[in-house]
Order: sequence, then structure tokens, then C-alpha cells
Amino acid sequence: MAAHSIAEGHGHAEHGHEEHHEQGFFSKYIFSLDHKTIAKQYLISGILWAVLGGLMSVIFRLQLAFPDMDMSFLKPVLGHWINESGKLDNNFYLALVTMHGTIMVFFVLTAGLSGTFSNLLIPLQVGARDMASGFMNMISYWLFFLAGVIMFTSLFLPHGPAGGGWVIYPPLSALEEANPGSGAGMTLWLVSMAIFIASSLLGSINYVTTILNLRTRGMSMDKLPLTIWSFLFTAILGILSFPVLFSAALLLIFDRSFGTSFYLSDIYIQGQALPNQGGSPILFQHLFWFLGHPEVYIVILPAFGISSEVISTNSRKPIFGYKAMILSMLGIMFLAFIVWAHHMFVTGMNPFLGSIFMLLTLIIAVPSAVKGFNYITTLWRGNLIFTPAMLFAIGMVSFFVSGGLTGIILGNAALDIQLHDTYFVVAHFHLVMGSAAFFAMIAGVYHWFPKMYGRMMNSTLGYIHFWISFIGVYMVFIPMHYVGIAGFPRRYYQWSGFKVFDTFADLNIVITVAAVITVFAQFIFIYNFFYSMFKGKKASANPWKSNTLEWTTPVDLGHGNWPGEIPTVYRWPYDYSKPGAPDDFIPQNVPFSATPESNTPEENDLIAKEKEIENIKFDYSIPD
Amino acid sequence: MIYIIAILAILFVVLTFKVISQTRKIINKNKAGGGELPYQGAADSANNINAAGLLVFWILAVVGTTWSYLHYSQYFLPEASSVHGRETDFWFWFSMAIITIAFFLVNTFLFLFSYIYRHSNKRRSAFYTHNNTLEIIWTTVPAVVMTGLVLSGLIVWSDITGDAPEDAEVIEITGRQFAWMVRYSGEDGKFGDANYKLMDDGSGNPLGLDFADPNSFDDFSNSTELHIPKGKPVLLRIKARDVLHSVFIPHMRVKMDAVPGMPTKFWFVADKSTDEMKAALNDTEFDYEIACTEVCGKSHFGMRMVLKVDEPEEYEKWKRAQKPVLTLNPDLLVKVPEKLKARALKYIEVEAPAAAAPKDSTATAVAAAVETK
Repeated sequence: MAAHSIAEGHGHAEHGHEEHHEQGFFSKYIFSLDHKTIAKQYLISGILWAVLGGLMSVIFRLQLAFPDMDMSFLKPVLGHWINESGKLDNNFYLALVTMHGTIMVFFVLTAGLSGTFSNLLIPLQVGARDMASGFMNMISYWLFFLAGVIMFTSLFLPHGPAGGGWVIYPPLSALEEANPGSGAGMTLWLVSMAIFIASSLLGSINYVTTILNLRTRGMSMDKLPLTIWSFLFTAILGILSFPVLFSAALLLIFDRSFGTSFYLSDIYIQGQALPNQGGSPILFQHLFWFLGHPEVYIVILPAFGISSEVISTNSRKPIFGYKAMILSMLGIMFLAFIVWAHHMFVTGMNPFLGSIFMLLTLIIAVPSAVKGFNYITTLWRGNLIFTPAMLFAIGMVSFFVSGGLTGIILGNAALDIQLHDTYFVVAHFHLVMGSAAFFAMIAGVYHWFPKMYGRMMNSTLGYIHFWISFIGVYMVFIPMHYVGIAGFPRRYYQWSGFKVFDTFADLNIVITVAAVITVFAQFIFIYNFFYSMFKGKKASANPWKSNTLEWTTPVDLGHGNWPGEIPTVYRWPYDYSKPGAPDDFIPQNVPFSATPESNTPEENDLIAKEKEIENIKFDYSIPD
Repeated sequence: MIYIIAILAILFVVLTFKVISQTRKIINKNKAGGGELPYQGAADSANNINAAGLLVFWILAVVGTTWSYLHYSQYFLPEASSVHGRETDFWFWFSMAIITIAFFLVNTFLFLFSYIYRHSNKRRSAFYTHNNTLEIIWTTVPAVVMTGLVLSGLIVWSDITGDAPEDAEVIEITGRQFAWMVRYSGEDGKFGDANYKLMDDGSGNPLGLDFADPNSFDDFSNSTELHIPKGKPVLLRIKARDVLHSVFIPHMRVKMDAVPGMPTKFWFVADKSTDEMKAALNDTEFDYEIACTEVCGKSHFGMRMVLKVDEPEEYEKWKRAQKPVLTLNPDLLVKVPEKLKARALKYIEVEAPAAAAPKDSTATAVAAAVETK
């Protein structure tokens, strides 16, 4: 068990890190190596991106509900994308849905969620002074920032940003003549994603290393909070799958710029037959979804971790089936790699392959169901405190269940024929991964805000935010299933050209109104977030009476996290409402020898081992 | 509509500010009260309201989903007009029934427990860490249900994607930005070769028919309507010219991507003719439609083609009335190799040269072309 803490590694005194030398503004807030600052940087970037992504959805939802609407009032913002008659340009419509998807999936729910909470919680919950490599961590954030700047720049290109859907299937994304967004917009998209992938890898490697190597005394793997388990699995998924997206993007760059034919074959466009032959657009789809599917679990696994922690703490009850939760996350992680082609049932892929992927896909429903049941059993006979975080976590479970169930239908190749690329799919994944992960992220912010800023967020605003968002999300996505069952295809600028899709105008208005309200309700949260940062009520060290290690740190925690020695861990993180104990929680750093009244016989046996754990000496020297 | 949105938006903003200012008052009041609560996380006065809210939400949600489902189901697609479609519909609704039960059951437990076990100072949570029997049960039950669904799905899927019957009517459909084109093999029942390098919109050969292959002489195409016979297997050979497209026939429950460089296929049996549907739906305007479901560019939403399901006799009659590509574009004769010219000329209509002067000029052009080659 070798542990290297950065601080120690750099030859500082072993304890007493709160007495820090004054850091300059840049090294403290901008190019910070401190995991907590980096987490905040990720969070605030994520929030800004979420605002942009959300507002984009408002624009295209308005277009879908009111195809005849005069959008001239948006002209000051969108400029030439609103034409003379006040209509949204249909190329720009596609660019909007593409950017909405890209931003939400990668910048908000990957960087904003994993980046924020892995960075914040891993060192604090495993008992480390910082990440394994603070420098890599900083680089990871700034690469993400750079990726964001490039993607943002692409919004202002004269021909618009990438517009072939967030999945950027070639040939559409490869040929500028096929779509104006496939010119410079696509180039910037690819460059941005390549940098984003580098950022994600640097982050993930750091997460895995820190979890495996920097745990404090006594923090064996079976005492890790579920958050840490989820971040570990997420990071592994990212490390193994993001490089595949990188290769897909690289080959696409070659096809676009250097005349290769990896994805292109037999194309006649704008009166010209292209010379490319022998490539396969299906190859791209395999490579893309080899990341793309694990990506949805990269998004949802941290959400599981956060909800587990929040639900257990606020139920004042151990998470039900701790081991089953870990095993099901492990199962989901493993299966996540081998189900990618269920996105491709009707692409012309060999139907036999479709059968295999259908089988594997439906297996993934089992561990997912186990998770849902375990959350509910955690609530059962609990003593529930509905903090805003708890409400959002319960909302997350509800969305995950409701949205996940339709996955059983979509994972069935025969049924997917009709539903593929319809609004049924859109409704499904927005509930199960979009809204669920988003809710967990919000829950995490409410829950760990005191640890980030030493202040509390306003809970009344939190309740209002929850109720509008929760009802709003269901009002958007339940009706959207109906639209999907009626066969409405996605990425349509309008449906009125088809008689078969000329129904449901009223339902689309309901969806849009609900979506607009939900998006704007998020400004309550943003107000609350920034207001509380400066003016919120001062937090106590452990405001939720939680067991995990981060709550043993002082309120104003500096670089190094614990002023003295890092606490030693003796027990699992879920000793809530233990029979016999005076309080309804026993933090992880309380030894069994201090709690004779609540110990089980097996735990009494562990008292003998406590000395052993306390005497562990870490070797802080970095081996050559 | 825009006014409704505007009013709602304004109302919303006003309410938000109202709420924010109200809350700030409360915050300030708390500040005035002074002193930190010992447990900030302890249940506050809103705890019961939130707990009840979750339950009330769920009751309203059950009523709302049930009502909205019953109300909107009339706008779902009518019963499938194809044989396999009715089977997938059956399994769709079968699976929907299962997941709807699970949806109501699981959410009911979630919200009911939230309400029942809301915080009370008189009670303590149960220290209930795991129960292997329970875990095994709720791993097994979904596993068994899934196995059932997978098996049914596998059987249906392999039936649908299996090889088309020998006697299937083969029709080629090609996607392009932003329209569909169909091609029939003509009276010989054989498709001529086609090559994307021969595609030429200007000379009337958008499908790239290779006139070195005599089978292509009688091939005819259509870019507004796809006609298929009722009750007979139809095999669509699906191609794309530029980018990905996807053939979607909602009423037939047919969908398959069109991929440049890789022809795909989908076969089905339509067993309700367009006329029968018109009568059944009591809608004389009704037509089957083909849409594109793979994003293909700015007019993706406009790739509409009409599908006509004819009675077999009518279908044969319609086919006989169609003119081959070569007939409609006699200029293409120049693409026919010398030794096949004679066979190709049969498809060139040289109707009464004296009768119509413009036709005449075409005919002379053709004759000239023949001579020079």
C-alpha cells in the first residue's frame, strides 16, 4: 500500500497543511492544482454550458411546436439564422440539435458531472490530500476549457457549427457539399472533441490512480463509499472507450481533409461522382458507438453514486445491498462495452449481429433493475429528510426507472424497427440518462455545496426548483413517448409535410411549454448557487450528519484538506441509525473501540486490528 | 400561440422574482433570529409538505398518464398494414403492458415509501443493510421476464430479417438529398447493372443505370410514387446516392437505412391496399407515406414519397403502363454499346415522325447519334 500525496511528495511537512503560503490569484483560482478548485472550475463551466445547451433546446422546441412562428425577436441573437420572413433557418435547426446533444452529453454530463464530483469527492472521501497528480488534473481542466472555447467559436462561423446530429455520421459529416455545417464547423467539432478526449483521459487516469493508491489508513476497497466506486467504474469506462472515439474522429479527419476513404464509398453528390471507394459508413457507426454507448454509462454511473450517497444519508439508513450495488455497477460497466450495436439494428448491419446485441442489451436491464429496487428498499423504513438534494435524488431514481423501462422495448431489435430514430428514443434517453443524470448532478451540488463553499444553499428555493423541474421533466417526456409511438421521426424541422405526422400539434405545444418552463426554472438554481456562494448561511462542518470522510474536514478547508493528520478509517460509510448508538450516524473515522454499545460481535473482533491499521506507515517517496 | 407563451414566460419571470424576494426576506429573518441550527440537515418545516407533495404528485401523475394515454392513443398509427407489422405491434403492446405495470408499481413504491417514512423525531430508521433472499428474487424476476422478451424478440427479428421468399417482388429504392427514387426491373424482371459513376442528373440517368447491360433497357423508375402489390412479398433493395438516409414506412412498420456503397434490404407483405385504408379510415385523402429517418441535411424533413398499395391486377396494369428510363430519355441511347443498339432501339419510341415536329427533332437527334457511333 504505497501512497503518494502530492503535497508530501513535494517535500512539505507531513502535517499542518492549513498553514499555507499565500497563493497568487492565478495559482489559486485559475491554474490551481487543488482538486477542490478544479472541481469548482468544472462545475461552473458545466453550468454555463448547460445554460447554453438548455436555451438551444428552447429555440428548437419553439420551432417544433409553432412551425409558423415569427422568430424575428431572436434576430438580435441569431442574426442571419433567422431569415427575412422570421423563420429559423433549417440548417441552423440541425446545428442546434447537434450542438444541444454534444454540449449536454460531453460538456455538461461528462465533464460537468464526472469532472466536478470525481475531483471534489475522490480525495476527500478516500482520505487523500489531493489527486495523484495535481498537475495532470489542472491540464485536464484546461484542455476541457480549450475544447469548450473551440466548440463555442464554431457557433459563430458563417456556415454554422456542425449540423449532422451529435453522432456526426459520415458521409453527411464528411462532405461539405452535403451540409454547410460539415465544413469548418465540423472541423472545429472534431478538433474540440479530440482535445476533450485528451482532457477526459488525463482526468480518468488520475481518478483511478488516486482511488487505488491514495486511500487513507484502513480505507480498504470494501469501505469505499458508493460514490467512489461509481467514479472508479466511470473512469475505467472512459479510459477504455474514449480512445476509440478518438480513432473514429481521426479517420474522419483523414477522410475529410486528406482524401482517404475509410467511411466513403460510391457517392454522387451535387452532380459529381466522388472518387472514394471501398469505405464503409457502418464502420464509423461501430467505432462511434463503441464510445457512444459506454458514454451513457459514463454519464449515469456517477449519478448512481451520488444518489446512493444522498439517499442513504437523508434516509438516515444504510444503503440497501452495498455489495449488490457495487456488483450491479460492475456488471453494468462490463456490459456497457458489449451492447453498442443496439444503436444500429436497422443500419443494414448483419441481422445475426443484431440478435447477439439484443440479447446482451436486455441483460443489462437486470443489474439496472437491481439498483432501482435497492434504492427503494433503502427508503423503506427510513426516516427521510427531504433536503433539496434528497428530492432530486428521488427524482433521479424515478426518472431512471421510468426512462429505463422503455429501454426494454428499444433494446428489442424487432420492436426497434418501428421506433428507431423516432421521438420514442428521444424521450427514452432524455429521461433515463439526460434528466436522471442531470438530477443527480443537481442533487450533488445541493448536497456538497457546503463542502465546496462553506455555505448552505437556500433550501426553499431548492424545493421550488425541484418541484418545477420534476413536474416539468415528466410533462416534457411522457407526452414525447406518445409522439414517438405515433412514429414521429427525430431531427425533423417540421412534420407538417407528412399527413401521417400531421397530428399531435397540441401535444407538441404542451411539450414545448413544459420544456420552456423547466429550462427557465433552472435560473432559480443558478441564482441560488451564486447568491449562496457569497451570501448563503454559513455551513457547519457536517450539516447533513453524514458518515463519509469529507465531513471530517473543517468548514474552510485549504489545500491538503485536513489540517492535521488524515483520519483513519475503521468502518464502512453507511452506519446510519445503528441499533444501540446514541446518534443516528457513526462517521467512518470512529473506531469500533469507541462504540461498544452498537458493535456487532464481528465488529468487536475488529477492535484488535485497530492498532494495526493505525500503525500503517505510508511510503511517501516517489519511486524512480 | 406565441402570445400564450409570452404571457406564461412573463408570469413565470414575475413569479420567480416574487419567490426570490420572498425567500430573501425569510433568509434575513433567520439571520435576525441569529444563531446556527445545531443540525442544518434536520428535517425542516417543509419536510412533511415535500413528502406529501411526492405522493400527491404521483397520484396526479397516475391520473394524468392514464387520461392522456387514453386521450392521445386515438392519434397513434392505425393497425399495421403489413403482416410482420402486426406481429411487432403485438409484441410492442405486450412489452408496453409489462413495462407499464412495472412503471406504476415501482414508482408507487418509491413515492409511497417517501411519504410513509418521512422524518419523525419519534422514530429511528431500521438498520437494514441487506437481504440476500430479496436480492436474489429481484434479480431473478427481471432476468426471467427479460429472457421471455428476448426469446420472443429473437424469433420475430429473425423472421423479419430472414431471406425474402423467392417470388418476392423486388423494387429498388434510392435515397438522395432530398428525395426518394424507385426503380422497377421492367418486363424482363431483371434489374440492369447500375454504377454510381454513371449517375448523371443532367442526362436523365440519376440512378446510374449501366446501358452496357441490356437488362437495364426496360427498367423504369419513378420519383413520386412507389407502387407495390397487395398480399405479395415485396423486397426493397435500398440504396443511397450521397449520404445516409433511412426508408421509413410508418404504416408498414418498415425501416431500414440507406447506405452509400452498401445496398441494404427489407422485405414485407402489405395486406391492406390504399383503397381499403381509405375506406377503413373514412378518409379519401389517405395515402401511405415514406419518410426519411436518418438525418441527411437541411430538407431531411421533406423527403416524402407516396406509397400506393394496389390490388395485384391493378399493380400489373400500372407496371405495364410505365415507360422505361430509356424511353423517356432517348438521348441515353448514346450510352448503349454498338452491338446492343438494335435491342435498345426497341425501347425508343419513334412515334409518327411527321405528326409532331418537336418529337421529330428528338428522333433525328437519336438517329444522328446512332449514325455517329
